Amino acid sequence: MSGYRARDWRLQPPALTPAYKTTRLRAPSTPLVQMPEECAPETGPVFGHGDLGPLDHDLLQNYAGDGAPIGERILLHGHVMDQDARPVPGTLIEIWQANAGGRYRHRNDNYLAPLDPNFGGCGRTLSDDKGHYRFHTLRPGPYPWPNSKNSWRPAHIHVSIMGLGFPQRLITQLYFEGDPLVALCPIVQAIPDKSAIDRLVARLDLEAATPFDCLAYRFDIVLRGSRATVFENKPEGM
Amino acid sequence: MAKTPLPETASQTAGPYVHIGLAPKVAGLERPLPTLGSEIAGPDVPGARITLEGCVFDGDGKPVTDAMIELWQADARGRFAGSDGCASGFQGWGREAADFMTGLWRFETIKPGSVGAQAPHLAIWIVARGINIGLHTRAYFEDEGEANASDPVLVSLVQNRRAGLIARHVSPRVYRFDIHLQGPQETVFFDL
Repeated sequence: MSGYRARDWRLQPPALTPAYKTTRLRAPSTPLVQMPEECAPETGPVFGHGDLGPLDHDLLQNYAGDGAPIGERILLHGHVMDQDARPVPGTLIEIWQANAGGRYRHRNDNYLAPLDPNFGGCGRTLSDDKGHYRFHTLRPGPYPWPNSKNSWRPAHIHVSIMGLGFPQRLITQLYFEGDPLVALCPIVQAIPDKSAIDRLVARLDLEAATPFDCLAYRFDIVLRGSRATVFENKPEGM
Repeated sequence: MAKTPLPETASQTAGPYVHIGLAPKVAGLERPLPTLGSEIAGPDVPGARITLEGCVFDGDGKPVTDAMIELWQADARGRFAGSDGCASGFQGWGREAADFMTGLWRFETIKPGSVGAQAPHLAIWIVARGINIGLHTRAYFEDEGEANASDPVLVSLVQNRRAGLIARHVSPRVYRFDIHLQGPQETVFFDL
């Protein structure tokens, strides 16, 4: 137990999900051990704007050479908040993704789709004082992966959120509204709760689109709440 | 009355290409964004300089060559970065990728001090392909026997699972800490 609300494990993927084959040899077989009260870390690393470059949040520009990357230009934005709907300001958000053809710029990816000379696929930013974040990027392509015959990952963007304390640390993936591959993916379907899956689907947000430039997708992130809030809400004298 | 809490966002595996976002140089990007988390303790931070190295092993005993490890620790006097009196230049946080061939990872840092009643330790978080939600564990130190004997986390564990959380000397300033995801030596992973 820590200074954060107990995790609701019904909303999280269990370690072992055999349809996602790699979990079979990598899932611990012993249940997690509850950390004794007051022993879990309360805090975590803090970053400032000096740690980031001015184009780190703009994947359309931060690897571009002579031209722009190919693909559907999007604004990806949303809010980071905790379980008590309080904004999480100044937290580090890092993303990585394949290019529009489904190819990663990574030495271990040898998928036959070509690299885009103007796209790196790495971005990061800090949430603002209201917990809002934004990236400019392109919609990644789906790609095949060696899980079973015709396993294709739905188009997705990996998202890492530092949070304000180590217990809030989270890595997830966001998907796109309307993608038929989401329902077929054993990585997505490792999550036992349908509504929890639904919350990983970024929504088309036409209001936030820039006319004649880019579409927008919205993806909100909820981190574990602070237990202090629970106590604050108790009647006086408790 | 406390309102019903919002549901926490679900975790998904970091996957095999985690390096692009979190360790761009390792991914092989020709023009990578600068790496975060490569210096835990700046050169002027007081404390004994140590190396912590290790490997994550799967249920077949094979190294997990796409693992990514994050570390969070106190300074030599037991203070975390951001708290009053913490050593200047101390980040307390590091991030390292396993070697693509050997699975070995390595942190250069300072030995932390005791934190309250807790023995000196390093908080460790592990992600990799096939890990659906990041795993929390801890590394304690072989040469802190007395502090370890009264550490509330170690004491809470059944005896035969404690040894797996102790980093062992391989030389006077280098400690080895292997992580076993499954099997008879399975590492203790915590729900924080």
